[in-house]
Amino acid sequence: MEKKNLICINCPLGCMLTVTMEGDQILGVAGNTCKRGEAYARKELKNPTRIVTSTVKVTGGSERMVPVKTKSDIPKGKVLECVRALKNVAAKAPVHMGDVIVQNVAGTGVDLVATRDVEAVKI
Amino acid sequence: MENYDIVIIGGGPAGLAAAVSARENGISRIVILERDKELGGILNQCIHNGFGLHTFKEELTGPEYAGRFIDQVRELGIEYRLNTMVMEISSGKTVTAMNRKDGLFQIQAKAVILAMGCRERPRGALNIPGYRPAGIFSAGTAQRLVNMEGYLPGREVVILGSGDIGLIMARRMTLEGAKVKVVAELMPYSGGLKRNIVQCLDDYGIPLKLSHTVVEIRGKERLEGITLAEVDGRGKPVPGTEEFYSCDTLLLSVGLIPENELSGGMGVELNPVTSGPRVNESLETNLEGVFACGNVLHVHDLVDFVSEEAKAAGRNAAKYIRRSGAAGRDSVIRLTTGEGIRYTVPETICAACMDDRLTVRFRAGNVYKNCYVSVYFDKERMIRRKKAVVAPGEMEEIVLTKEQLLGHPGLETIHVKIEEA
Repeated sequence: MEKKNLICINCPLGCMLTVTMEGDQILGVAGNTCKRGEAYARKELKNPTRIVTSTVKVTGGSERMVPVKTKSDIPKGKVLECVRALKNVAAKAPVHMGDVIVQNVAGTGVDLVATRDVEAVKI
Repeated sequence: MENYDIVIIGGGPAGLAAAVSARENGISRIVILERDKELGGILNQCIHNGFGLHTFKEELTGPEYAGRFIDQVRELGIEYRLNTMVMEISSGKTVTAMNRKDGLFQIQAKAVILAMGCRERPRGALNIPGYRPAGIFSAGTAQRLVNMEGYLPGREVVILGSGDIGLIMARRMTLEGAKVKVVAELMPYSGGLKRNIVQCLDDYGIPLKLSHTVVEIRGKERLEGITLAEVDGRGKPVPGTEEFYSCDTLLLSVGLIPENELSGGMGVELNPVTSGPRVNESLETNLEGVFACGNVLHVHDLVDFVSEEAKAAGRNAAKYIRRSGAAGRDSVIRLTTGEGIRYTVPETICAACMDDRLTVRFRAGNVYKNCYVSVYFDKERMIRRKKAVVAPGEMEEIVLTKEQLLGHPGLETIHVKIEEA
């Protein structure tokens, strides 16, 4: 039996988790104060994922940049590929919170959406 | 001169939540004065996720979190003025402000809610020797440049200070293609949240050097590199531990200071530990009808708690106006701090004036493991809560009930301290 220590990143409490493993098998998770913690531990050891946040350029808008996020978490190994895919993307104002900016970003099956409004400005 | 019931200074998360809550508690004449061109405050540049789990039970980014409150302010028809700088507030609650449209103007308020937030501690406060080349930024400035203006401040980065903004920027700069070489922290523990160490440093293999500081800045026009050294228990660099890092950018994440020039100017008494106003259970300062909430009161780790505190301030300001005058405060209980606790907010409680439940927030002065947070009513221990870890970087809270306090007539002090197991 092997014990692994993790810090849950689901919320700012940062619970310290202890996972008991037997080979690849997870026998138990302790130290979590809610059920997200157990789910996080299982995922983090098998297939860690992250939500990615970044920015893309806006043309014709009241702001130069619009913040974006992946609509759900994507595999951790795809994070850098995901931000690289945004390098040459430009959104056209007006942009609304929730608008899809890139579909299926970096082949993850997850869309990238805007997280604020940017108004169009007349030039 | 214009007249309003409540003038709220600042349209960030604290000001927005205070305004919504005051309106929900029946006050119609409210105005928010905001110096930026939009509402939302610093949340607009905090594009990362992790906000709102307490308030909205879902994980939002900063702009999304701000957007929820901005929508509420608009739906409730609360007035706000942007690009408006408050110059002065008199002790009689006359607010002098200016903007390009109205010029200089004055508003007479019945109540004022201070919600100006905080600012970053600058390089000048650190006494780092060396030249003053370009390439040294506070972490929040770099955050604004990257996330809002669309500029990358540099390519090879060292970060001094492990506050949350520094950790978040370590990840952000990495994602934008910069190389973050190291995060150095003067203290033997990080000032940031544990989750940010995991997801911002560990995920990207960025080393965190505790008990280290910058002892030299090299470069005359542009930063060329810095020297880190280990520090001893008193914070003095240990000779022989110096290590040079070449870099073109140094980010400073070395603490936040509540922005209280306006408060001080109007005669609000400040607590030297928090640099924020001293407040009672209603979040009211020593000046009757002047309330404070959010980072101008004490620096928070989580915006969710800012919103919660600001809602209380808005509710209490509404109560003050409806009552049209100060509450009878005959017996005031003082909150005192013992071993390991730096401060509490609030500092005084009038049991008759409080809501049914009162959240007392505080910070520890050091890292304590397997300890108890204890609360004494005079000599009697009322609460003893086991904690695996208490650290300065994570604000703590206890909840006191009106029933508890009314059940102790003649109570003079409530003492909060850390007890080792």
